[in-house]
Amino acid sequence: MTILGDLVRDIRSKNAGPFWLTIDIFCHDQLNYDHVKSMLDLIQIAHHLGCHVGTIQRFDLDDLHVIKLSLPRPAIQGTRLDRDMHGASFAFLLSELPLKNMNDSKS
Amino acid sequence: MEKKQTRILVPAGALGISYSPEALEWGLAQKPDLIAIDGGSTDSGPFYLGTGTSKYSRSATKNDWSRLIKVQTRAQVPLLIGTAGTCGANDAVDWMVDITKEICREQGLHLRIAILRSQQDPELIAKAWCTGKLTALPGAPALTEDVILSCQNIVALAGVEQIQAALATNADIIIAGRATDTAVIAALPIAQGCHQGAAWHGAKIAECGALATNNPNTGVILMDFDEEGFTITPMDPNTQATPYTVSAHMLYENSDPHILPEPGGYLDVSQARYKPVNDRSVRVTGSQWKKTDPYTVKLEGARLQGYQTVTLVLVRHSRYVENIDLWTQKLSLQFKNKIQDTELSDVALDMRVVGKNATLGSLETRESLAPELGVLAIFTAKTQKQARDAARLLNPDLLHLPLTPDEPMPTFAFPFSPPEMDKGPIYEFCLHHVLALRDPMEIFSIDVQDI
Repeated sequence: MTILGDLVRDIRSKNAGPFWLTIDIFCHDQLNYDHVKSMLDLIQIAHHLGCHVGTIQRFDLDDLHVIKLSLPRPAIQGTRLDRDMHGASFAFLLSELPLKNMNDSKS
Repeated sequence: MEKKQTRILVPAGALGISYSPEALEWGLAQKPDLIAIDGGSTDSGPFYLGTGTSKYSRSATKNDWSRLIKVQTRAQVPLLIGTAGTCGANDAVDWMVDITKEICREQGLHLRIAILRSQQDPELIAKAWCTGKLTALPGAPALTEDVILSCQNIVALAGVEQIQAALATNADIIIAGRATDTAVIAALPIAQGCHQGAAWHGAKIAECGALATNNPNTGVILMDFDEEGFTITPMDPNTQATPYTVSAHMLYENSDPHILPEPGGYLDVSQARYKPVNDRSVRVTGSQWKKTDPYTVKLEGARLQGYQTVTLVLVRHSRYVENIDLWTQKLSLQFKNKIQDTELSDVALDMRVVGKNATLGSLETRESLAPELGVLAIFTAKTQKQARDAARLLNPDLLHLPLTPDEPMPTFAFPFSPPEMDKGPIYEFCLHHVLALRDPMEIFSIDVQDI
């Protein structure tokens, strides 16, 4: 099984203010970017991140080969149920998103 | 006619973050019109706004600020700090003013200080809420008049208009309360007639110091603004800004990579063009400033949620490691039974299993292979005494609770005596709203002092 983190150059996540979380997926090059773009399924991502698909904003940044996802923070920063003050760990969760292996169908 | 140009030196992403002293010297030699630095953010959580305190130590802040004041007296250009003392509330601003006065006294300096205050009276904000002058931003929590009135501190984020008013006092040092990170850099170029879109965009790129370059730790960057665009140059000779590092910086801490809302309008960088000037500098044009009506400023507020006590217990017993979820469930049940019908009945217990899923909770997908686990038991109550009493109430169970009734009593590892630690107050951010103003200075004030 391939995971998203194996495919791309880097994934980082951070607060965008106390109420929002933003995750940037940096691809290697145009080819890799086009491939990753086609693989990403927002419904699967929403399930993986534990949020409703309608709350995720997706930006495909062609010039930077970056896919950006922004969503309301699962728990408002610093509240009793918040586990990660700066939201940096969501990058690791997303990097472990399982992807359908393109080679599986051939083998 | 003379061309409009403004040159701003940004020593670091924030006061307290390291930078290269040599690079700062290089920057000074370029004769900037202003030295500007950010002093805070919400990024470290609601505690600082709730308490009106800085996250950095006073001695470290004094040390860093003292070096910048020395630079200011040599360069004879204003030194400006925004969001002083992490949160920019009055107490944090006063703390920064106090440090500044102490430095001046010790070094025999006579300087003019302008203080821009952003603190708001909860009564007035509650009134504005009741009369429909507040608008919720996406993701804002539910708000009531009582929530506003219970805030320990409310601040409004100053934009360029308020910073310009502070600069107009001709002070040597400007200590601003809460302001947008960008406004402290965008204010002067806009006041001097430079391109507004470029001023805001350049400010966004510069507000984290050298983070928009290939070597963020060097800190110092020089920003040149003019009538058409801006140019960023890192002051460390071995550091490069490239079209990629500069354009990618718009992603940072922004939910929308093209749009940045600011007081009085928003920045749109979707048409921006990035060109290398040489191997270190990047020139940016095509950024647009879109004015909005009415003029609004964003509010931040923090209020007390309660008090916490935490106990950490380490579990090395392999059968308990394997059955940790069952064990914490039993602990929860035990706690619920113990507090029922007592004065501790509304104390909340949250348990985080360190080594298994403390960071991600139910979202964790990986199996833990750790030989031991830490259970962080967090007690949240209305008072510190209640939180501590609740932790003490569960102490014997955290130490000895067996998985089954018929097994020998287990003992887990407490790393400290006593095992419970008072964590103090917990605050919450409760405002994510904008307030419409007739005049940008309506709710801000400036105080000038000669020291």
